[in-house]
Amino acid sequence: MEQQEQKVTAKLQPPQTTQAETYAATDAAKVLDARNVSVYYGSFRAVTDVSLPIYQNQITAFIGPSGCGKTTVLRTLNRMNDLIPAARVEGDVQYHGASLYARGVSPTAVRRRIGMVFQKPNPFPKSIYENVAYGPRINGIRGRSRLDEIVERSLRQAALWDEVKDRLNKSGLSLSGGQAQRLCIARTLAVEPDVVLMDEPCSALDPIATGRIEDLMQEIKSRYTIVIVTHNMQQAARVSDRTAFFSVLRDEKPGQSDIRTGVLVEYGATQQIFEDPRDDRTQAYVTGRMG
Amino acid sequence: MAVTAAGRPAVDLGEPGGWRRAKNRLAVGAMWFAFLCMLVPLGFVLAGVIIKGASVITWQFLTSSTIPPNVLPANIGGMGPAVVGTLEITAFAAVIAIPLGVLGAVYLNEYGGNRPLARLISFMSDVMTGVPSIVMGLFIFTVWVIPHGLTGYSGMAGSFALACLMLPIVIRSSYEMLRLVPDSLREGSYALGATKARVTLTVVLPAAAGGIVSGALLAVARAAGETAPLLFTIGFALTTNANLFSGANTALSTQIFDNVLQPYTGAVDRGWGAALTLIVIAFIFMLAARIVTARFARYSR
Repeated sequence: MEQQEQKVTAKLQPPQTTQAETYAATDAAKVLDARNVSVYYGSFRAVTDVSLPIYQNQITAFIGPSGCGKTTVLRTLNRMNDLIPAARVEGDVQYHGASLYARGVSPTAVRRRIGMVFQKPNPFPKSIYENVAYGPRINGIRGRSRLDEIVERSLRQAALWDEVKDRLNKSGLSLSGGQAQRLCIARTLAVEPDVVLMDEPCSALDPIATGRIEDLMQEIKSRYTIVIVTHNMQQAARVSDRTAFFSVLRDEKPGQSDIRTGVLVEYGATQQIFEDPRDDRTQAYVTGRMG
Repeated sequence: MAVTAAGRPAVDLGEPGGWRRAKNRLAVGAMWFAFLCMLVPLGFVLAGVIIKGASVITWQFLTSSTIPPNVLPANIGGMGPAVVGTLEITAFAAVIAIPLGVLGAVYLNEYGGNRPLARLISFMSDVMTGVPSIVMGLFIFTVWVIPHGLTGYSGMAGSFALACLMLPIVIRSSYEMLRLVPDSLREGSYALGATKARVTLTVVLPAAAGGIVSGALLAVARAAGETAPLLFTIGFALTTNANLFSGANTALSTQIFDNVLQPYTGAVDRGWGAALTLIVIAFIFMLAARIVTARFARYSR
């Protein structure tokens, strides 16, 4: 009975206490630290009061039902939301202790350190080589031999080199979906970012291509910090060290229309989230009882 | 196969009959009819110009000096000055209109958004598309030729008028091409730390380049054939005037106009010859547009 009551209150308020509690102690350094982040699209509050740290050289997975704001939160971590004219961010994100949203911070400089791979593979209509060399070039790296070296290293890291080394001058659009996504990952790695944000990178791929990208994430995590949004809970369980579960909070006050917003329900070590969730909603989601 | 009591298969996967097929035939027929309606005038125009113009065209016709439209037969005098004039006037118009138009389109699509200035420019360029070409000529005549008195007529004045005509076409076609560039490409570039200018220069413009170039070359081809904007602006010349910036000039389109109006067979023949020359020049531009588009499309599949 008491548990039932708790559940009701938890649904109506952003679960500050449970959230703080689930920040299980870890020795890893915080790379990113979102603090009370709320994101608005116009007057619609898409995400409310999300606080979560991202730890170095770990893979952090964001899971949750559609519309819960996973991608929105991910995009606040490298200021991609700046590109949406009506979007506004409240709260702060700290990156190695410096605010990403302070006055005078260049979103360009932020994105050079915090790269992003998108849901749909989006290679540029350029050659495979030029796709990978693009980032280094805009960061001022010149010289064919230096670029050759970066292109090869990045494509090797992305486990694509052997498949494309003989056709580097072919269009990036000639690749299959899985290869194109690995090309996009290589392109991101070529600028040697600190953090790689991945927004459902495997949702357009078949299981074999997905497996290759998951292996690749494991291989590169010693050098990068990875945050991945996924709809696939098995994927989160397989690849991630920590998992954040987001959900949609419906605030149905009498006399008002249905106000909905995304909240962070629970955040912790992946094993704990999947095997011993503290919040009933997490439990319901990871066991497949709730969409 | 399951068969109902009536003896028909339970699942009917047969071709639809009757009315639906008739509608299909009707629609396909209508399309063919429209296609032929378009092809017939084109065929007649091309055939007419080639039949009447081909006999006139010789190397001497294409290169030698022009004579005033008169009774002399077509094998005397030529279109050399007009060929040179058309090429230089059109080229300079392109030099003015294409950069301005492409930059305008980049502003409209990449920077302007929904700002009042962007909406104004977009509206004005649409209005400009609808301005008759002779009015463009009249405009340059009033603001450029008259204030400069006798030295006002020049190839450059003609280029100004043609540029006014090309500008809205270039803006519109470039804008449409930029709009087709998917946002995912822009985001991909931003995510690597590119600035807006970089994104525009290194991703958006190259992705749209094929369409922009072919749109611009079509505008050039269109302008090369214009007569009205040149009538008031370039004056009249009988010898080649390679200097675009001073002295009266001549062009194929105005030569056609002047010659065909004459009652003399020789002059009319010269007009047909000029017409065929102009069509060939426009055709070369179109061909160039195709080749350039194909070249830029190399990486887009």
